[in-house]
Amino acid sequence: MTFGMEPYLALILLGFLPSEIWRWLGIVLGRGLDEQSEIILWVRGVATALIAAVVARIVLIPPGALASVPLSVRLAAICGGFLAFLLIRRSAFAGVLAGEAVLIAGILAFGG
Amino acid sequence: MSEPPTAPTGTAFSAFLFGTRTAATSVFALVIIFTYVGFGALAHDYGFSVGWAMLSTVLQWAGPAQVILVTGLGPGTVLIETAVAVGLSSVRFLPIVVALMPLVKREGSRPWQLLVPAHFMAISVWVEAMRHAPGLPRQYRIPFCNGLGLTLLIMGTLATGLGYYLQSALPAIFGAAAMFITPISFLVSTARNARLLLEKAALGFGLILGPVLAFSQVQFDLLWTGIIGGTLAYVLHRVRRARNAAT
Repeated sequence: MTFGMEPYLALILLGFLPSEIWRWLGIVLGRGLDEQSEIILWVRGVATALIAAVVARIVLIPPGALASVPLSVRLAAICGGFLAFLLIRRSAFAGVLAGEAVLIAGILAFGG
Repeated sequence: MSEPPTAPTGTAFSAFLFGTRTAATSVFALVIIFTYVGFGALAHDYGFSVGWAMLSTVLQWAGPAQVILVTGLGPGTVLIETAVAVGLSSVRFLPIVVALMPLVKREGSRPWQLLVPAHFMAISVWVEAMRHAPGLPRQYRIPFCNGLGLTLLIMGTLATGLGYYLQSALPAIFGAAAMFITPISFLVSTARNARLLLEKAALGFGLILGPVLAFSQVQFDLLWTGIIGGTLAYVLHRVRRARNAAT
């Protein structure tokens, strides 16, 4: 790591701007659209599919510490969490807690 | 599951407070705290300062992109590649902000008035905003989003500092568990919000197409999955609507 101002410069140029630019572009493109328009329906579809892709990517090609957890454990945890969500009154809390419980149990049983 | 807090009456400030209460009772309060305790510990591992780590949460407000930045600034990494990876992982902000804008804008809203609520937009804040804002009078939607976003952002920033100092005390299993909370919470909260066939179909298409495109090493796989999956879901919605209209 470098010292002084360089990490902060990197944070602005390599961290803040490449993320924030999408939010600014979203304002420019979305500001003129009507809530009931067809294009907004399509955009909601795109946003939802993109979120699903992020879910799949983190589970299948995980970053950092999650990469050392076996694939079977990661898959069991995401499926177990989703099943718990469906079975327990469509509660997001139930899904998240059940998914984490399966993950932790899997790591303890099969290593991570 | 928590019941949504009751909607406010009266002032912009009460709408802001409704946003803070919505944040505090949301599953995402838990998600944000765990995610950012994990991120704080990671930043400590990689030798960043606590101030840098907390500022990263305030400015970036994008969990996966922050992990990419921290792990991609070490010696021997190509900085432009790190910037591109951060940008590609944050492309999801484009459609969510576009979808939010028609819901919150008012007659004569200037772009700069939309910068603050747009900065708060992450999947967590967007999911709760799309769930509650349509039920509020239009003039209260931006204060509501600001209360919701600011509360979760402050929680995330404090959790970053907490995780930084707890780093040595955290069990080895914590890092993996904190990273896993992102996909599981995105999945169940998006499924919970998906009321239209369009959204359910988009979720399904994204889960199938995402891995296919990622493993076939397609460039910009997240973006393409969003566009193709979203378009297929939209077409399905149009076909079904036409069929319903015909019968």
